Amino acid sequence: MTIKTMRDAINEALRQEMQRDPCVIILGEDVAGGLGGTSDVEEAGGGVFGVTAGLVQEFGRDRVIDTPITESAIIGAANGAALTGLRPVAELMFVDFIGVCLDQIMNQTAKFRYMFGGKAKVPLTIRTAMGAGWTCGPQHSQALYPILTSIPGLKCVLPSNPYDAKGLLAQAIRDDDPVIVFEHKMMYGEECEVPDEPYLIPFGQANVTRKGNQVTIVAFSRMVLLANQVADKLAQEGLSVEVIDPRTTSPLDEASILDSVEKTGRLVVVDESPPLCSMASEIASLAACECFDYLKAPVVKVTAPHTVIPATPSLEQIYIPSVEKIESAVRTVLDYE
Amino acid sequence: MILDKKTLLDAYRRLKTIREFELRMRAENEAGQLPGFLHLYCGQEAIAVGACMQLDEKDYIGSTHRGHGHCIAKGCDVGDMLLEIYCKQGGLCNGKGGSMHIADMNKGMLGANAIVGAAPPIAVGAALTAKTLKTGGVAMAFIGDGASNQGTVFEALNLASVLKLPMIFIYENNGYGEFTGAGYHVGGNDIVGRARAFGMPGENVDGTDFFAMFEAVGEAVQRARRGDGPSAIEASAMRYYGHFEGDPQLYRAKNEVKNLMENADPVRNFVTRVTDSGELTVDELAVIDTEILAMLDEKVEAARAAPVPAANELYTDVYANY
Repeated sequence: MTIKTMRDAINEALRQEMQRDPCVIILGEDVAGGLGGTSDVEEAGGGVFGVTAGLVQEFGRDRVIDTPITESAIIGAANGAALTGLRPVAELMFVDFIGVCLDQIMNQTAKFRYMFGGKAKVPLTIRTAMGAGWTCGPQHSQALYPILTSIPGLKCVLPSNPYDAKGLLAQAIRDDDPVIVFEHKMMYGEECEVPDEPYLIPFGQANVTRKGNQVTIVAFSRMVLLANQVADKLAQEGLSVEVIDPRTTSPLDEASILDSVEKTGRLVVVDESPPLCSMASEIASLAACECFDYLKAPVVKVTAPHTVIPATPSLEQIYIPSVEKIESAVRTVLDYE
Repeated sequence: MILDKKTLLDAYRRLKTIREFELRMRAENEAGQLPGFLHLYCGQEAIAVGACMQLDEKDYIGSTHRGHGHCIAKGCDVGDMLLEIYCKQGGLCNGKGGSMHIADMNKGMLGANAIVGAAPPIAVGAALTAKTLKTGGVAMAFIGDGASNQGTVFEALNLASVLKLPMIFIYENNGYGEFTGAGYHVGGNDIVGRARAFGMPGENVDGTDFFAMFEAVGEAVQRARRGDGPSAIEASAMRYYGHFEGDPQLYRAKNEVKNLMENADPVRNFVTRVTDSGELTVDELAVIDTEILAMLDEKVEAARAAPVPAANELYTDVYANY
């Protein structure tokens, strides 16, 4: 067990899966560090976030493939490679870029297995960076997992710490369905203890990051960190907050969420996406439909607003759900009579 | 180009099977027997057959919405194709894909595709597999003149060129993208020239001439197998029927189709050539014709009679596990 950053945990999962299975390849923009420049350094970076650093030295350019800026062809080629025997890990540098490759995700990879009568296997992993906080502006900051979660045939994974990131990514790579792993770009430097050996975290199993019995917070990705902070703060006042991190939005561990809400009777959902058709709406609906009789207060959703993410640093901070907003929401449901 | 008798008979069987298959589907559609959209390949048979006869089962193709000809040329079972087109149990996709999604992984047929221009990047991925696993295989994408304008096609050309993949791009210029003429919708009016701009050889071929197609694709496949990278071919052959069955074709001049059938028939071109040369006899071809028609009678009857998928099939095979 070693303390590792999220960046290093993801890199380790990629390295170990590539060592285990020669059919695992990585393709994407700058994943091998970039080719064709004037530098003679074999590898300059390993992607814009440095996540794939060092892999090309170990596995070579045939398995760590720098592509042009060509998202439709990256995802499309990964689809075709997955259909024909490889286990590709495609990097979509920012999830915002699904705008130029959504057909290959939504109409192709998500549907192959079904529309080919179950006779096709699509062991594709798409890694993509998401989320606000770096003042990257409207087209590099979104948390677009609700859109992709809504598409049958895809699996969606949102790690909230380095331990989960490694185990969930290894599972994604070994999985025989197309999986999209959403990595929050603000979390690549987050640290925790991560085993050195390979391990898998199954999909559809929520993680209870804080135990409690008065109120349930369901949070996703980086919002889990904020929810944990709120739970820890309120614990000092003697308030008992349970935090549930579903870890995957598709499949979704509905049972763990419902069990918790039946216990606490109070629910706050924290989602970095805008509110319409969000995971927050989905979880609120789940509680209303499946455990209405247990609810002691209306569900409160803490989401980003229905607006564009500004480049303006001060406005972006207002956009992102904050510890203060989550705490206020928790107090609201606790105070409801 | 001289081909042995076995190859010629094989080519004729594939050409004629596609023609008769499509004519039968046209009639079945008119009779109200088929669900969904139907896009017929008549007039273009020599493109698929000339191209796919240069491939074997370890090679892959990515097809289009007008995919029946590609399937037959690549060796898909005609009976299982029919079951699929009728959306019946036992179809190549268990009846859930239909005409526009016929696929057969065992034959290297990566799917007809209802999204225009979607298959080329996928075929490039199959070429990447062939290169990575050193299978010696190649991949081929069929691209209509309409699809030639899609960004995905340009991206596929570029990636195949950059990665030097064993890939063949077959442009099928059938004169129309949906209702719109290629003379209008192709900027620059030189489809294969676009591929050449990506640094690969690109050739224009008469798509109604099986022998010209077979020869040109043969060179492209050899180049790909040698590891020398991708090639492109623009094959011209006008389609006989509409974009889809039911298309009133108001965009075509009155005698256009009649002239095509009289003067640009790839099946008749083949027959004329092999019988004039004495390579095959009319009687030999007639035997094949009879076999094909009898086979279609039997398989169409079976497809009509086959059961539809069970209701619970709606939910199966969305995931391998979930």
